[in-house]
Amino acid sequence: MSLETPLHKAQGLGPSHSGVGHFWTQRVTAVALVPLAVWFAVSALGLVGAREASVLIFLSNPLNAVLMAAFMLISLYHMTLGLQEVILDYIPHPGFKFFLMLVNWGFALAVAAACVLSLLRIAVGT
Amino acid sequence: MAEEPQRQASRPLSPFLTIYRWPITMATSIVHRMTGVALAGGVLIVAWWLWAAANGPETYNFFSDVIATPLGQIVLFGFVWSLAYHCVNGIRHLAWDLGYGFAVPTANATGMLVFALSILLTAAAFAVAWLDFGGYYR
Repeated sequence: MSLETPLHKAQGLGPSHSGVGHFWTQRVTAVALVPLAVWFAVSALGLVGAREASVLIFLSNPLNAVLMAAFMLISLYHMTLGLQEVILDYIPHPGFKFFLMLVNWGFALAVAAACVLSLLRIAVGT
Repeated sequence: MAEEPQRQASRPLSPFLTIYRWPITMATSIVHRMTGVALAGGVLIVAWWLWAAANGPETYNFFSDVIATPLGQIVLFGFVWSLAYHCVNGIRHLAWDLGYGFAVPTANATGMLVFALSILLTAAAFAVAWLDFGGYYR
């Protein structure tokens, strides 16, 4: 039998002390993503059937590059917060849960780096 | 007090999800989560598109060819619908966060609206692409 109180146990597990921040950041990113998703849909439809050269012209426009980067980075952040919620809901095993949390953040950071690198390469034309 | 011994007694269990009739709000809720997880794959498609564009015409043509295959179009359809659904239902969630739309008839109606609107938006996007109304940035 453990002498740990239920309160102490609760404080050491899950999103204690960071729940409000998690909730609020998820809403703020959601609000930002609504207009960005509309912009993305309009842009993607405009590039249907386009050759690589036209895509480069579109993405090397600074406004489009910034909006594209914002869409990807905010999406990835929103995604990580959401997947974290799913992991915490369904994975009871502490070790596996911790592992999946690392995979979750690692995946988002890797994809974010790849997107930013690609947009920079397009911007400077290499 | 905190840790009652766990007995394997044949006590009655509380009924699980499978026993209930599925109201539309239950369906919209779980579909919101499923489309959210699916969009983690969608993010990879867009990232691949950017990566391919940055890597020259050959890589980009490979990306276009893969997306143009029947399987590619099915996956793209799933991605576009997931994005449409998650976006439209996300707006419904934001309205709830502001305190609007909690009445049961309202929540049921907006649930139906979300399903209808997401399918309509996806069909419209594919109609624009396939009937060649898109491509205005070519």
